[in-house]
Amino acid sequence: MRREPPQTLGDYSPLLFPAAMLTIFFVVPFGTMIAVSFFQREQGGFYTPAFVFDNYQRFLSAFFGGVLGFSLMMAIAVAVCCVVLALPFTYLLTRMARRVQIVWLVALLSILSLSEVIIGFAWSTLFSRTAGITNILVALGLMGEAKALTPSFAAVLTGMVYQAFPYTVLVLFPALVRLDPTLTEAARTLGASPLKAFFTVVVPALRNTIVATLIMVFIFALGSYLLPQLLGRPQHWTLSVLITDQAIYQSNMPFAAAMAVFLVLVTLGLVALTVIAGRKGETA
Amino acid sequence: MTSVFRKFYFFLIALFLALPLIVVAGVSVNQKQTLAFPPEGFSTSWYGEIFLNTEWRNALFASVTLAVLSAALAVAIALPLAWFLWRRVAPWANIFQLLGVAPFTLPPVITALGLLTFWATAGFYGQPWTAVVSHAIFFVTLPLVTLSLGFTSIDRSLVEAAATMGADERTIFRTVVLPLILPYVVSGYAFAFVLSLNEYIVAYMTVGFTMETLPIKIFNALRYGYTPTMASVTVLFVSTAAVIFGLVARFGDLPKLLGAMASDQK
Repeated sequence: MRREPPQTLGDYSPLLFPAAMLTIFFVVPFGTMIAVSFFQREQGGFYTPAFVFDNYQRFLSAFFGGVLGFSLMMAIAVAVCCVVLALPFTYLLTRMARRVQIVWLVALLSILSLSEVIIGFAWSTLFSRTAGITNILVALGLMGEAKALTPSFAAVLTGMVYQAFPYTVLVLFPALVRLDPTLTEAARTLGASPLKAFFTVVVPALRNTIVATLIMVFIFALGSYLLPQLLGRPQHWTLSVLITDQAIYQSNMPFAAAMAVFLVLVTLGLVALTVIAGRKGETA
Repeated sequence: MTSVFRKFYFFLIALFLALPLIVVAGVSVNQKQTLAFPPEGFSTSWYGEIFLNTEWRNALFASVTLAVLSAALAVAIALPLAWFLWRRVAPWANIFQLLGVAPFTLPPVITALGLLTFWATAGFYGQPWTAVVSHAIFFVTLPLVTLSLGFTSIDRSLVEAAATMGADERTIFRTVVLPLILPYVVSGYAFAFVLSLNEYIVAYMTVGFTMETLPIKIFNALRYGYTPTMASVTVLFVSTAAVIFGLVARFGDLPKLLGAMASDQK
C-alpha cells in the first residue's frame, strides 16, 4: 500500500486527537504565556490584562544584562567542556564491542533521565563538608581537614557538565557510528599515530557535527533551572533560574513570562543555526 | 600504551559519572539520621522509610501514578499522529510533528511556565489531572520519535499484500501494523515513563502547591531538613531507570533507537 493523500474527510480522523491535544495544551499555553508577558502586574501576585512593555523594559537594566551575560557564558563553558570530554569518549565507544556499548548506553540514559533535583542533591552531598570528597582526601592524608566546596562557580560548572555529558554522548553517537572506519585505517596505514589520526582525520571530518552538537548542548545547558541555585551563589543564577524564581517565589508572572519569551527567541535562533550547520554537513 | 591510556580515560569518565551516586548510596545506609560519608554504621531502614513513612509513600504513589498515566497519554497522542504521517501524503501535517518535538527541545522552564499560565487562566490550577496532561505534552516527543522510526522500518509490501487479499484499513492496522510497531510503542512508553518519574519543574509549576511527587518531595527536603531517605529514593530512581533501559536494550535495538533519536532532533 503506497502512501496516498487523504481522500475523504474520514481519512483525517486519526489526526484529530493528536492535533487537538497539541493545539490546546501546547500552542494555546504558549500563546497565553506571550499574552501574560504584556500584562500589567498588580500587588499581591496578581496580574490584569493590559498591553504594556514594562516587563520587557526591565531587560534594559544592568542586573539583567549581567544575568544574561553570565547565562550565555555558563552555557558556552558547559558546551565546550562536554564536547571536549565526550568526543574522544564517544569515538572510542563506537569502536568497542556491541555488548560494551549497550552497557554504557544504558548507564548514560539512566543518568540523563535523573532529575536536576537529584543531580543537585548528589553533587551537593559530594561537595559537602560532612560527606564530601574532601573527607577522602583527608583520609589519604592529602588534606588537613574536610571543607565544603559549595557554593562556588566550579561546583555549578561540574554539576552542569555532569548533567549534560550523557546528552552530549547520545547526540554525537549516531554521527560517529556512521563515520567511515576506513578513513582512520587509511591514516594509520600511512603511518599516523592513533592520536594524530583522531585529530587530523576524525575531527575535521566531523566539523559540522561538532558545531551542531556544541549548539545543542548549549541550548540544553541554558535550560538548567536548579543546579545554579543548589550549587551556587545568587550571582551564579542563570536566566532559567531567574524565570523560575520570579514565577514562583516573587509571584511576578508577567516579568517571568517576558523573560521566557526572550529565552525562546534566543533558543529558536540557535536551533535555526543548528539546522543550517546540519544542512551544510549533509552536502559536504 | 594507547590501550592503557584508553582504559584510564574510560575509568576517569566512569568515576566522574559514578562518584556522586556512590556517595549517595553510601549516605543512604547511615544508621542515624545524618548524611555522613563514609556511612556511620549500616542500616537499610531508610529504604523501608520510603514505603513506611506516609509522606514519602504518598509522594511515591503520586509519582508512579503520574508517570503511568502521562506516558500512556503521550503514546495515545503520538501513535495516531505517527501512523497518519506514515500512511498519508500530507506535508502540512508535519507541523504537528514539529509541535510534538518542540516542548522537549525548548528549555523546560518555558513549557512549564506556559502550562502554569494556561492552567491558571483556565481555572484548573492545582488539579492533579493537569499534571498528567502537562507531562504527556512535555514528553510526547519520546514516543513520537521512536514510533516514527518504527514506522519507517515497516516493509510496505506487507501492508500491500494484506490489502490485495481484501483486508480493510482496520484489519490491516490490527493484524499487520500493530504487531510490527508494538516494540516501538513499548520503548516509547518506557522513555516517557522514566522521564516523567524524574521530572521536577513542570510538575512543580502545575501542581507543586497541592501535590508532592518524589522529585518535589526531595527538593522540599533539601530546603527544610535533610534526611537519608532522600538518598535512598535517589538510589531507587537510578536503579529503576537502569532496569527499565536495560530491558529496552535486552528486547529492542538500543543503539538503533538512539541513532535515530539524536539524528531526528537535529
